[in-house]
Amino acid sequence: MRAVDVAGVGMHPFGRHGELSTTEMGVTAVRAALTEAGVGRGGFQAAFCATAYGGVASGHKVLGALGMTGMPIVDVEAGCASGGAALMLAAGAIAAAQYDTVLVFGVEKMPKGIIRSSFFEPWQEEAGLAATPAYFALRAQRLMESSGVTKDHLAAVVVKNRRHGVHNDDAMFRSEVVAGDVLASRVVCEPLRLWMLCTPNEGAAAVVLRANGTGSSGAVRLAAAVLRSHVPGAVLSESTPLSGLVDDDVIPPTALAAQDAYEQAGVGPGDLDVVECQDTDAARELLSYEELALCAPGSSAELLESGATQLGGRLPVNPSGGLLSKGEPLGASALGQVVELVRQLRGQCGARQVPGARTALSHTVGRGANAGVVILTR
Amino acid sequence: MPAADLEPAPGRVPVRDGLFVDVDPPLLVTGRCRSCGHLHFPHRRTCPYCSSERVDESRVPGRGRLWAHTAVTAAPPGYTGDVPYGFGVVELDEGLRVIGRLTEAEPSLLRRGQPMTLVVVPLHTDDDGRTVVTYAFAPSSAEPHGLDGRRPPTGAAT
Repeated sequence: MRAVDVAGVGMHPFGRHGELSTTEMGVTAVRAALTEAGVGRGGFQAAFCATAYGGVASGHKVLGALGMTGMPIVDVEAGCASGGAALMLAAGAIAAAQYDTVLVFGVEKMPKGIIRSSFFEPWQEEAGLAATPAYFALRAQRLMESSGVTKDHLAAVVVKNRRHGVHNDDAMFRSEVVAGDVLASRVVCEPLRLWMLCTPNEGAAAVVLRANGTGSSGAVRLAAAVLRSHVPGAVLSESTPLSGLVDDDVIPPTALAAQDAYEQAGVGPGDLDVVECQDTDAARELLSYEELALCAPGSSAELLESGATQLGGRLPVNPSGGLLSKGEPLGASALGQVVELVRQLRGQCGARQVPGARTALSHTVGRGANAGVVILTR
Repeated sequence: MPAADLEPAPGRVPVRDGLFVDVDPPLLVTGRCRSCGHLHFPHRRTCPYCSSERVDESRVPGRGRLWAHTAVTAAPPGYTGDVPYGFGVVELDEGLRVIGRLTEAEPSLLRRGQPMTLVVVPLHTDDDGRTVVTYAFAPSSAEPHGLDGRRPPTGAAT
């Protein structure tokens, strides 16, 4: 199997961009990544486009606008982990020597408000059971009961990530917030307040992958790109089935993906210097600490309180500001994390730089359930 | 007892057939796998735990304890009924955890572990003037619940 390098990355900022189409945003991100990689027309042999709401041939529309078609172009949907899924497919193809250079990008333009998802059956919508934030809230409550996490901890996650996001030009929200205002924002589903939930929005991100040895030395290495789905029984996993038998021993998809990724990359959680994780809601970030084995089960609040996960700490989590600052364009969010981490490993992040970062982990999880974990090294 | 033997209340239609039996008291229609013994809901032809097709319909009374709860304060996609409404997970006496609506929309009036009972509640009126109903869970305490599933005005949540 061949090693895979990141040859170039590019972004279109996440936010609300009016009439700007997914194709136009995709073109911006792809052009930037190709330029950085020094790859032109004909320079990549396949393309994977991550999107959940983009519709038919989203990838073809972006590459068609650039006059760069002819190679296989495959749209990939895996909910919030769509970008991770696309990376996994691209990296696998390069490792197996099917292709030398592959373009991976994600585009999205989300509707406003609570995400409407064809995951739910019509009767579930009619009965009010397609209430995505309510599932997050139930999960948050279980975490609070099992681990000593309080509403103050949830607010502290928001304060941390919004403070990080101030320094990110690609983020939607670039102002700091204080805990009191987070707790005073509208109750969406107890215990979750509006500011504890990320905003579905719009944006694009792109990554060029290349077989090691075919580009410049010193490139960031894609050490693992793993996608896993849920196993039956997890009543409050992101798969949100209507029921499960007593499921306390079921391993969540994030933990499955993390175990695989650590093994593939030959690193452990103790080797990580920086993490971008799925902070769909503030509790989801804390749960990710446990599921990614960044802390012992039940001790996510202590890890947060220690300051380790803020910029300047031992293991900064979401230095980009996370989804709480950037918003979440589903197809682009995972690749947005990877762009951030590649720039962190290159030392290009300015005021939000994690000094000397050499090993990084990206985590996305969502509907399906799908969980993606990517490990990057330099 | 096959479903056809149980007549639903007149003028009411379930939000989907095969979820519950709309009698008083109502029954929840689960699936029980003859291969691995797991229960699941809604009832499917194939067991989600072991992929066996030896699945029997199993109607249960829907009594259990509250496992997690919240309330939905803004109408989610495709929903035209009232807000806020309760939302949670009840662990049935059979061990199955079922996600559903709760009749109590104020989370502070419920506590984890309290006894809950299956009820049938109205959602909205369809084009034919029928009341569309769904399953929900109500606190089991004190006064009995009407067929519309509304809890008594006081005392139900203690």
